[in-house]
Amino acid sequence: MEEEKNQPAQTAEPETGSFRLIATLGLAGFFSGLVLVSAFLYTRPIIEANRARALQEAIFKVLPGCTGFQTLELHNGQLVVPEEGAAEAQKSGEEVRQVYAGYSEDGQLIGFAISAEEPGYQDLIVGIYGYDPGKKEIIGFEVLESKETPGLGDKIMKDPAFHANFSALSVEPAISVVKKGEKNKNNQIEAITGATISSKAVGRLLDKSMAEWRPVIDEHWKEFTKEEE
Amino acid sequence: MNQPTSIEKSRTAEEFLKGIWKENPVFVAVLGMCPTLAVTNTAINSLAMGLATTFVLAFSSLLVSSLRKVIPKQVRITTFIIIIATFVTVVDFMLAAIVPQVHKELGAFIALIVVNCLILGRQEAFASKNNIRLAIADALGMSLGFTFALLCIGIVREILGSGSLFNIPLFGSGFEPWVIMIMPPGGFLTLGFLLLFFNWMQKRRKEKAEEERGETRYEEAREFL
Repeated sequence: MEEEKNQPAQTAEPETGSFRLIATLGLAGFFSGLVLVSAFLYTRPIIEANRARALQEAIFKVLPGCTGFQTLELHNGQLVVPEEGAAEAQKSGEEVRQVYAGYSEDGQLIGFAISAEEPGYQDLIVGIYGYDPGKKEIIGFEVLESKETPGLGDKIMKDPAFHANFSALSVEPAISVVKKGEKNKNNQIEAITGATISSKAVGRLLDKSMAEWRPVIDEHWKEFTKEEE
Repeated sequence: MNQPTSIEKSRTAEEFLKGIWKENPVFVAVLGMCPTLAVTNTAINSLAMGLATTFVLAFSSLLVSSLRKVIPKQVRITTFIIIIATFVTVVDFMLAAIVPQVHKELGAFIALIVVNCLILGRQEAFASKNNIRLAIADALGMSLGFTFALLCIGIVREILGSGSLFNIPLFGSGFEPWVIMIMPPGGFLTLGFLLLFFNWMQKRRKEKAEEERGETRYEEAREFL
């Protein structure tokens, strides 16, 4: 109760000194910064582990039978196993493109998991797919990120009929998207009714990314057929 | 301070309860419409947004109420915002670490809790003028009311728009989902109907109370004496 008696006295004062105002804000900012930094440092390793796990799950999904993978980087048209200093190269602003070589339990190459993005109906669709260079086929596809219309375009994420397209999709000569029921070659993707734009975006995503990666992968994939110890 | 008297206790309960029903932030005060419309397309998203808001509101109120005599009047809003923004960012990190899937779905709307006028509103209107006990009661009541409202909308939209509840399918494959319900217009429609319902309920209750007023007043007065 005593404290409340003080209040009218305080308001009666002409004004609070500007030093006090600055000190209050400064202190608030200081403590806020302290809390933020500790929250960031505490959660960062967990968030990164989550991200790595999500990526691993996606790779295992698009490469059926895959139990382990090796990250490969593209340098001057060559696929190389990243060195220790790779993280520093990324820091220096040089964009490093990566693919993942997936291996079965006995160390046999299943294929390469490649992520790619393409504008969809709303925003970029980010996907990852598995490519078997021996058969020249796409053997799996998953959407990592998309903001396609819920209920229509977002069917590209889970529609089983649509995903059946990607169990053995030939990439030669090119991937094309056709209307439902019109698929007669195995390089064609059957679009989802009501989600033609999103389906076509997925087709473009695969086609463009394959055009970019096939020259490299088709030439060098034999170097990676066995998992290195 | 001493042990709270029974009057203080009932005041605390009153401040807690008012947010849930009588002054429900969404259905009565119509505050915080951005998350209410944007992330209520599934029940899980609604619940996550409600809980995140609860965390931010409770801790902001605690801090604002305990610092209410230290913060100079001229910079109070700025200080409130610093406090709120700090807790929002902490929630953002925590959700990304604990439930990455939900964090991905809520996206930018977590950061936008900062501008939820419900939170700043409670600091300015209540926490900065009341003691910690009342401020916490008020914050928890308001957050519970907010979460309840979001859940109401989320449940309706998920059942009609996806044919499921908390991701559990409710109907057979024969059910054709009302896609519009999980798109933005569905948010407005659902909110509109729920507002209609709540206003109708309140109007009815007021009418009933008016009918009984004469008698109860008399009895209250007698009890008081």
